[in-house]
Amino acid sequence: MTMDSLDPQAIRAGNRLALARALTAVENNTPESREIQAALFPHTGHAHLIGVTGAPGSGKSTLVNQLAKAFRHPQGNANAPRVAIIAVDPTSPFTGGALLGDRIRMQDLAGDKGIFIRSMASRGALGGLAHNTAAFATVLDGAGFDVIIIETVGAGQAEVNIATLAHTVIVVEAPGMGDDIQAIKAGILEIADIIVVNKADRPGAENTARALQAMLEMARGDTSNFAQAGKHMRRAQHDQKEAFEPIGEQALWNTPIQLATAVDGKGVEDIVGHILHHKAFLQETGLWQVKEGQRLRKDLESLIQDLLIRRWQEALDDGKFSSILQDVIEKKRTPLDAAEALIRT
Amino acid sequence: MTERKIRVLIAKPGLDGHDRGAKVIARALRDAGMEVIYTGLRQTPEMIAEAALQEDVDVVGLSILSGAHNALVPAVIDKLHENGLKDVKVFVGGIVPEPDIPDLLNKGVYAVFGPGTSTQFVADEIQKAVKSRI
Repeated sequence: MTMDSLDPQAIRAGNRLALARALTAVENNTPESREIQAALFPHTGHAHLIGVTGAPGSGKSTLVNQLAKAFRHPQGNANAPRVAIIAVDPTSPFTGGALLGDRIRMQDLAGDKGIFIRSMASRGALGGLAHNTAAFATVLDGAGFDVIIIETVGAGQAEVNIATLAHTVIVVEAPGMGDDIQAIKAGILEIADIIVVNKADRPGAENTARALQAMLEMARGDTSNFAQAGKHMRRAQHDQKEAFEPIGEQALWNTPIQLATAVDGKGVEDIVGHILHHKAFLQETGLWQVKEGQRLRKDLESLIQDLLIRRWQEALDDGKFSSILQDVIEKKRTPLDAAEALIRT
Repeated sequence: MTERKIRVLIAKPGLDGHDRGAKVIARALRDAGMEVIYTGLRQTPEMIAEAALQEDVDVVGLSILSGAHNALVPAVIDKLHENGLKDVKVFVGGIVPEPDIPDLLNKGVYAVFGPGTSTQFVADEIQKAVKSRI
């Protein structure tokens, strides 16, 4: 790998090899990767980041394939948005390896030079994304992609980091993957800007959609104060209607529930419609900039944490650590006391 | 700097009807700590080279059962070179008669693994091959 592969000019001009090499450098935190990110960062802010999350087997990859196709339709249209896809899959905690199988579902996209698909292994990061997924989005945004679809690790309930990274979060559910109780595991529902009930040709799809609708309404109706993906809302006190007034300038988005059969393309046009509608909503209300600010803040805080820990580790005396650890094992000190003693290095 | 992982593309060029062998290898390489991207069946050389480019892989493993290796492998290698991927190591597995192997090696294949090759051996050979690339 030579330095001149990491050429920001080449990347912005559409050189895909340069882009691929830059992504590798960023993923591995090489010294060159800092320069490339610095060069591309001022050009970011244009791309629409769309997160797609949901349990394994719900059809995320198939849906992403269809969404990318729809964005690129009609083919050959020079004005069609350039689409990048980041597909994240889990790294095995035992072997450190990963099977990155999302591309298989995206065969239709082969040959379209306006699409770039990159698979990432989570490499131990929790929360559904890899550590450098946000940095990948920066590079792709700076490279000029208009739409960046980020497919996260198949979600349970904890994979919500996508909510801070993406402008629009699509949660994909499938019928028959557990009873209505699954819908109550609200971490996922709270981050959804669009809910897709995929595999709608299967029995139970309507019931799943109804249960999700009920969950959404409960989340709105019950608490007098709740946070919706970071937007604080308050029940309007001055009249009896179930209206919500925004605190500050923040407005309310009605999360649509869309039935779809991604493998046949059914419902995909509607989902694209919801996506564009959400984008317009964010831009009109100013939430687009608010989200950018929140994302950059989160990024900054996370980097500060990493740097502080690394500095502490470099300054740490191993002998001191071992002896204090021994104190804890012999119950001479509590873990908290020990940690404070060690930080005081 | 983060520990560098070996990225491998396992591809099925041509018209093979099943991919059990490719999947076995893919799993084995994952178990050996590599990041494996599997393309699925019926890939053209263009599709394989395109995937190798986007994923910036260190290794491309071609699994071919159909007997079309003499046509497909050089075609893939040509496309890889067109894409600027000259230093990617290409391995071939599947059904390749011994007499055909020297020619494939001359065309740029790093190694050919016949049926019965231990997956550990494949993983080790890939580790060795990549060390010379990074």
